[in-house]
Amino acid sequence: MKLTLRVWRQRAADTEGAMSTYEVDDISPDMSFLEMLDTLNEDLILRGEDPVAFDHDCREGICGACSLVINGDAHGPERTTTCQLHMRSFADGDTIDVEPWRASAFPVIKDLVVDRSAFDRIIQAGGYITAPTGSAPEAHATAVPKPDADLAFEHAECIGCGACVAACPNGAAMLFTSAKVNHLNVLPQGAPERETRVLDMVARMDEEGFGGCTLAGECATACPKGIPLVSITHMNKEWLRATRKAGKR
Amino acid sequence: MSTSSAYADYTTGDPVVDTKAPEGPIAERWDKRRFEAKLVNPANRRKHTVIVVGTGLAGGSAGATLAEQGYHVVQFCYQDSPRRAHSIAAQGGINAAKNYRNDGDSVHRLFYDTVKGGDFRARESNVHRLAQISVEIIDQCVAQGVPFAREYGGLLDTRSFGGVQVSRTFYARGQTGQQLLLGAYQALSRQIAAGNVEMHPRTEMLDLIVVDGRARGIVARDLITGKIDTYFADAVVLASGGYGNVFYLSTNAMNSNATAVWRAHRRGALFANPCFTQIHPTCIPRTGDHQSKLTLMSESLRNDGRIWVPKAKGDQRPPHEIPEDERDYYLERIYPSFGNLVPRDIASRAAKNVCDEGRGVGPGGQGVYLDFADAIERMGRAAVEAKYGNLFDMYQRITDEDPYRIPMRIYPAVHYTMGGLWVDYDLQTTVPGLFAIGEANFSDHGANRLGASALMQGLADGYFVLPATINDYLARHPRQDEVGPEHPLVQEVLAETEDRLHLLLAVDGDRTPDSFHRELGELMWEFCGMARTEGGLRKALERIPQIREEFWRRIKVPGTGEEFNQSLEKANRIVDYLELAELMCLDALHRAESCGGHFREESQTPDGEAEREDDTFSYAAAWEFTGTGTAPVLHKEDLVFEYVHPTQRSYA
Amino acid sequence: MARAVWDSSVGKKTVMAVSGLIMLAYLVVHMLGNLKIFFGSAEFNGYAHWLRTLGEPFLHHEWALWIVRVVLVAAVVAHATAAYQLSRRDIRARPTKYVHTRRRASYATRTMRWGGVILGLFIVWHILDLTTGTVHPNGFQSGHPYQNVIDTFSTWYGNVIYLVAMLALGLHIRHGFWSAAQTLGAGSRTRDRALKAIANALALVLTLGFVSVPVAVMTGVVS
Repeated sequence: MKLTLRVWRQRAADTEGAMSTYEVDDISPDMSFLEMLDTLNEDLILRGEDPVAFDHDCREGICGACSLVINGDAHGPERTTTCQLHMRSFADGDTIDVEPWRASAFPVIKDLVVDRSAFDRIIQAGGYITAPTGSAPEAHATAVPKPDADLAFEHAECIGCGACVAACPNGAAMLFTSAKVNHLNVLPQGAPERETRVLDMVARMDEEGFGGCTLAGECATACPKGIPLVSITHMNKEWLRATRKAGKR
Repeated sequence: MSTSSAYADYTTGDPVVDTKAPEGPIAERWDKRRFEAKLVNPANRRKHTVIVVGTGLAGGSAGATLAEQGYHVVQFCYQDSPRRAHSIAAQGGINAAKNYRNDGDSVHRLFYDTVKGGDFRARESNVHRLAQISVEIIDQCVAQGVPFAREYGGLLDTRSFGGVQVSRTFYARGQTGQQLLLGAYQALSRQIAAGNVEMHPRTEMLDLIVVDGRARGIVARDLITGKIDTYFADAVVLASGGYGNVFYLSTNAMNSNATAVWRAHRRGALFANPCFTQIHPTCIPRTGDHQSKLTLMSESLRNDGRIWVPKAKGDQRPPHEIPEDERDYYLERIYPSFGNLVPRDIASRAAKNVCDEGRGVGPGGQGVYLDFADAIERMGRAAVEAKYGNLFDMYQRITDEDPYRIPMRIYPAVHYTMGGLWVDYDLQTTVPGLFAIGEANFSDHGANRLGASALMQGLADGYFVLPATINDYLARHPRQDEVGPEHPLVQEVLAETEDRLHLLLAVDGDRTPDSFHRELGELMWEFCGMARTEGGLRKALERIPQIREEFWRRIKVPGTGEEFNQSLEKANRIVDYLELAELMCLDALHRAESCGGHFREESQTPDGEAEREDDTFSYAAAWEFTGTGTAPVLHKEDLVFEYVHPTQRSYA
Repeated sequence: MARAVWDSSVGKKTVMAVSGLIMLAYLVVHMLGNLKIFFGSAEFNGYAHWLRTLGEPFLHHEWALWIVRVVLVAAVVAHATAAYQLSRRDIRARPTKYVHTRRRASYATRTMRWGGVILGLFIVWHILDLTTGTVHPNGFQSGHPYQNVIDTFSTWYGNVIYLVAMLALGLHIRHGFWSAAQTLGAGSRTRDRALKAIANALALVLTLGFVSVPVAVMTGVVS
């Protein structure tokens, strides 16, 4: 396959960026999108140009590092991560636009690499269960009904890639935050911190400069792990419940 | 005479002895050690700084736990977030001797299975401790909210893994590593928020600082700004994972690397059993030269999938046209009692054998079928989907084939490295104050790791072992002299690191970092992969210094060191691979026996099974660095088996 | 607690949801009242007069009406202020557009902001037209709402403004009702279809109900 790529190039966080055009040839449909970019980078290095910087690591769809907006879609046209997107999803001769995640809470570091540390800070605000090592009771002491365990798992699947933020017209992090809130709040182990968790995480999310939710649903459509939009509804409910309880105290 | 033969002329030094392992009945050793170990007064702990490199299962759990104990932790990861360490990609599960199934499991059986699975090249004391701790890990993770699979009664579900006949593997669909890592990451996040852990993401360790014979800090580069800095502590913990990426194509993450452990080795830490690498039998075959990494299909698939190849050589028919009696379910045929669930080394080698016979399937004949037709018939498609759905989806995305209809094609790929920095029972390396945990050390898996044991070991080391043993070191060295950036030794290490990076940028040759990495990887796969021979290893030992020489002449790294520069990161990691690869080959050459993942063709039984030479090689080989390309010194640690007596492993 | 709610993006959305639902409930009653116009001027005017006497003798004359007005104004102000502040936050959160644009979300979702502005302007005009009579064409007659309505819908611009606003209202309710349910945590996987159906039905019924009046005037059914 022969393709034309238009890629966002930005030398550093504080410099201006622009789209640059590159031609790539001999692309196999079995290549992953990132392997196609590897090919481009090999060429660029040999031509003495700066290769395109992009985040990637596991290349099997689980670490959440890869993060490209391809033709306007976070992670491209298939519902998967960029590393699992294969070139067979494109046609010979296509022009493909490649841009970084766009959100003011995710500033660009270089080219297609953005700073997603705001997500870490949301988790730090309450996305955990306080269970210091050594303090745990026997694992079978508390049975967890299978539906609850399954629901927790469904939300725990979030890989923290940030596609939800990138796709959201408001740059909101509601889906990410709700996934963790729901994962932990649905479990009996998470109950003691149920209220503080949702209040603190939502507050942190706001402080980080993410937008608000208008339920456009773009996040859930972009999510490579299929975290559902209703996750946000559940978090809203948890937040209202926690606010009511806090008000009574 | 070429330099490689000079390298192969290693010398043997004094034996290395684990002075920390207690004597006495094996079941009491861990308690005994914990009691004998000195403690640090809780009030004094915050005066101690501990550096932890890596945030995977071992590093994440260690950082969180040390911080909970009151130590000041300074932690590093090259990823943009500690949540992305490659432990996250582990799929199948985590072993624990809970015996919830009442199927005859016990701590002793897990211990026994692990020593046997490791082909009698692991240390009994360590393995027994691992089996003991396994039960606590499950408790800890459940308390953290790890959503393990559960049965309808609400209790935890388990499944079977290779090399064992009990069902002791706890799992979270095909994402167990992810869920366990997020548990550790969340515990770590809590400590970061509390100010007990100073986290440095996108910061890569480039060297170890050793002052007065003790590990006192590291040199690390901020990957965003390129700034190289020094960090100081009372102890340094390496949890930086394995070195499978030496092979270029592996199931490791693209940026997983050996720099931390190799630099520690260069600074005096012995490196043990580097040739013990695990080739995982169920990976998706490669499709072409563009391939950047290989993707694993969880071993759990072998619970229900049946592995076969056509009986006839060069059979080109599509799988559904090959009748049942013309198929060879070779694992079930050769190993009737374990069938498709033989250990990884055995399954991989069997796959290689049938492919070498010309019976492989798919492009280039480099693959075997993993067939779910029977399972779908027996359990129904829905049940198969519930159990393996995400793995099937992943397979389909990569290969564009529907595994519900067409059998999967799989082939072995480099997956895990059992070798690593030599550590004693306390997980301390031969450099005092330097500890290595998780895949970075060599301790528990011998010559072959059983499935679902890496997660167990990483978390055992991080949550329970290191936090207990590091106390002893810190208590015995309460007041260390201040070491700062101006210390001449520190200046020297810093200058060496800066020079190395400057040199990489200055060569301005005509070959990319990847081209060297690929060349080295292909060489290693051919001569130090699934089957090794003396001739092949000697050839590799001759070739590696040549590649290294060419590397320093022709490498091209664009950009500067004072910016985000992924090519520079890569090139710098390859510098270390080019040295480590040499040691791996030498270790493989010197160990003239077959054991576990290390298969020397000269050493096999008449029916092609690995043949150990216990009289000669019942030791861990710990190598001492003497200089790039110069012969290292071998220190042997004799392995004593009091509880599990070495026999030829039989899974028939 | 009020402070905590207002300071949070989720809390502000809650304010929008609650105030929106108050306005929605009012609109349902308002629309039903409007339909009285089809029963002739006596019944329509009588209904308008009754609204002023509602709650008597417990309440003073027109107090009920004023209570409703105060609640509505509060709802509109809260809704609009929250919307404005949230929109500012959203725009700040996403300052750079993608070069490669494509249509996102549904029409109703994308028009919430401008639809809301249109409705706000409409409410001002609507009050000046039929409550205070300030901009009413043809001499506003207090106490004769039937005639006033016919006057308004006898001008082309009165019809245009009204029809555009009612279409905006339909779209606004369609996304707004469902969205409010999600914000208040009432949505769930099993309830989602029902909620969407209710939202669509409300949007349709309210739009048709309101629009029927100008259409009737234009076609001469009501004169």
